[in-house]
Amino acid sequence: MTTPTPWEHAAQALTAFAIDPEALGGIWLRARSGPVRDRFLAALTEALPTQKLSPLADDEQLYGGLDVTATLATLKPVFTTGLITRGGVCVTPMAERIPAELAGRLGAALDSHTLSLVALDEGTEDESLPTALQDRLAIHLDLDALSFRDCPPIDLSNIETARTRLPTIEIPQETIRHITLLAAQMGITSLRAPVHTLRVARALNAIHGDAEIALHWAIRLCLAPRMLTPPPLQEDEQPEDTPPDQQQDNDGKDTNTQHSKTDEDLMLEAAKAILPKDLLASLATLDMKNAASTSGSKSGAKRSGNRRGRRLPSRRGRASSANRIDLLATLHTAAPWQAPRRKARPKDPRRILIEPGDIHIKRTQDVSDRAIIFAVDASGSTALARLAEAKGAIEILLAEAYSRRDHVALISFRGESAELLLPPTRSIVQTKRRLAALPGGGGTPLAAGLKTAYEVLDKAARKGMAPTLVILTDGVANIALDGEAGRGKAGEDALEIAKALRIQNAPIILIDTARRQQPLAKDLSDALTARYVPMPRADARRMAGAVSEALT
Amino acid sequence: MKHVFPFSAIVGQDEMKRALILTAIDPSIGGVLVFGDRGTGKSTAVRALAALLPTISAVENCPYNCTGKTPETCPNCMVKLPKSQTKSGKSKAKPANKVVKVPTPVIDLPLGATEDRVVGALDVERALTEGKKVFEPGLLARANRGYLYIDEANLLEDHLVDLLLDVAQSGENLVEREGLSIRHDAKFVLIGSGNPEEGELRPQLLDRFGLSVDVASPTDLDERVEVVKRRDAFDRDPATFIAEWKVQDDALRKKMIAGQKSVSKVTTPDDILRDCAQLCIALGSDGLRGELTLLRTARAHAAFEGRSEITREDILAIATSALRHRLRRDPLDDAGSTTRVERIIADVFAT
Repeated sequence: MTTPTPWEHAAQALTAFAIDPEALGGIWLRARSGPVRDRFLAALTEALPTQKLSPLADDEQLYGGLDVTATLATLKPVFTTGLITRGGVCVTPMAERIPAELAGRLGAALDSHTLSLVALDEGTEDESLPTALQDRLAIHLDLDALSFRDCPPIDLSNIETARTRLPTIEIPQETIRHITLLAAQMGITSLRAPVHTLRVARALNAIHGDAEIALHWAIRLCLAPRMLTPPPLQEDEQPEDTPPDQQQDNDGKDTNTQHSKTDEDLMLEAAKAILPKDLLASLATLDMKNAASTSGSKSGAKRSGNRRGRRLPSRRGRASSANRIDLLATLHTAAPWQAPRRKARPKDPRRILIEPGDIHIKRTQDVSDRAIIFAVDASGSTALARLAEAKGAIEILLAEAYSRRDHVALISFRGESAELLLPPTRSIVQTKRRLAALPGGGGTPLAAGLKTAYEVLDKAARKGMAPTLVILTDGVANIALDGEAGRGKAGEDALEIAKALRIQNAPIILIDTARRQQPLAKDLSDALTARYVPMPRADARRMAGAVSEALT
Repeated sequence: MKHVFPFSAIVGQDEMKRALILTAIDPSIGGVLVFGDRGTGKSTAVRALAALLPTISAVENCPYNCTGKTPETCPNCMVKLPKSQTKSGKSKAKPANKVVKVPTPVIDLPLGATEDRVVGALDVERALTEGKKVFEPGLLARANRGYLYIDEANLLEDHLVDLLLDVAQSGENLVEREGLSIRHDAKFVLIGSGNPEEGELRPQLLDRFGLSVDVASPTDLDERVEVVKRRDAFDRDPATFIAEWKVQDDALRKKMIAGQKSVSKVTTPDDILRDCAQLCIALGSDGLRGELTLLRTARAHAAFEGRSEITREDILAIATSALRHRLRRDPLDDAGSTTRVERIIADVFAT
């Protein structure tokens, strides 16, 4: 069987979803807005009634509530209904912007099977649908690579009969076992994935009337996009359908099967009998890119988390220059008191009587969330002993960062380039692990290190965090930004990027790791307008002390 | 009502299930914190618990779920008596207060809920339309005598978490706002769940939960298969599936009710008290909260198991849940707190 195109995936996904929207939860559709996506949505809206759900929807839009304007006008309570209370299929554009609170509410609604969601994710790499929702939507689709020509309209005319057939579809217990096993082998920990797969298989079986084809598609739609590690099948796949002239391979095969005749492998044998032969092998090759991007976007979602400078519910507060008044909430509070206040003060010329107690102030997510970005020079010139010292110092800082709930990012630069070892995270244990594994040696691509630091810092700042950069280097650059060796160009590049960094206006601390103090690091520090902390013979704790002092 | 997955049909996750059951037997144990991966049945367990819990007697339509025995404490059921009558020291229930059996409330607290919605606020609707100043009870009122469940508690705003823990501990919600002064019972068990990858709970808040449970996706294949099979069977035909598990659920409920009745009569030998204290000393936990929780949970466990005296098995069964989150956190220690607690428990009881 040839590998189906992404658009065929989309057609099958839509068919399954149209047959059983509540059970499937929904579709996570990654695609830029364009004719391909429009065609997909056109088919969807034709098959199912849909409503639009904004990623910024508030509780009133979700659950309904009192329509204040209409109530005041008619003096009778007028209620609106909400999207979640109405239920049905919701289409969410810009789903990558769904904040954690909304994701939580939608998650609860999805769990109760009253709502299903088609999440249109246009996110780039650092933004993605919240993982709480990713997990609950059965089908994950990526239509980005498609051109409109390859996308014939999707025919959903037969779904009515399929819906009536759906309750009669049985899935054998053995198949359930195989699916669960396969999911586990793909490194998918969530048990929602195999459950989703079964639901999709059932829906597709209802329309195709063929259990094997349905299962095949279900695995492609639900498990393949979630795969983290390819199942260890493609090797064993060969002997069954290879002609005898490839028998010479058999030596290797035998040893292979001998050392691993465990229970699981027996299960695999059985799984192969049920699953289409080339399926797993093709999954393993075709979807690696996909899998990589999935895991990438997962960490992206984690990163964006709820750290945006978003609005929080307003609270009662005092009007001052530091606070922004939430006019609507204030009026809302004052409204019911207008009649009695007017009675008490009939002479008051003001049309609306607002008292200090009515005032609500706007609040946004605390920006005090600090991100400490460590850029560590792990080159040969930072002698290895000093690298160990630097690591020690960072560990102490990490413990402090933990107690302050700071985010921490780790960049190392050595050899020819810089590497972001860890994007801003609160997971201190992870940082520590990466740090411990950090190797040393090679040239000093200082400019590349600073550039990466700049990017991380910029991204963190845009997410509403307050970044602080801690650079540990001896300032001796010998690899230029383009990878060329040579001190002159390398130094110039570094100073050039330092200028860009300075404009970011974030606090920077430069820790000079040179054995003897040299002007180079000091110069760099000046170019950055950084706080310069030499680390000559200092023990890790003293250095950490210097940094935490500089931070406060 | 939507069908709810039966509690007894949840595969594995024994620690989580036990923690939930024990808080039902003795709510004074305090809240339960459930941390773990996605899709491990945290929400399922809590929602299943709602269906499992025995019914309570409460005044019909009382938004505070009050018992009706002490109407003077309930803003809904009390009657404002003329002064002459209150002097006699008697306060009367409204004649309309009819006590009925209602399910134990399990209330979901959505993330980003406003403070108004949680603690209650002026009923804007009635204020606008009738010009009356009426208090509209919030989620805390509805959760009275039951459970309050926060999914993704680690993402909840800190000030709300503080407020919730305060109320959960005092068992009373006091509202002073918009010219209202309301005090009502809010005795509930707080259940917080979350995924540690998305941010941890503030360490200060951790030890105010009574029990803490780590859940993980089962690693055993058969167990995983069983989870998927049961879920699938439930999806296909919830009514039949629930009927199949009704016997187990009923038996469990009976055992719970028996536990609730006998828990106050369970005796505590002195050496058990010493055990508790020793464990907490070895852990270096601050304050006496650790000992108290340990004791209460062990007592509930003994009652659940039908014993009239706490034994060391009870302590062993629940010690990890009761102490895991009370360790002094060492962020740089790679060994999970579970392993550390288990090590300490083994050390203390070996001697």
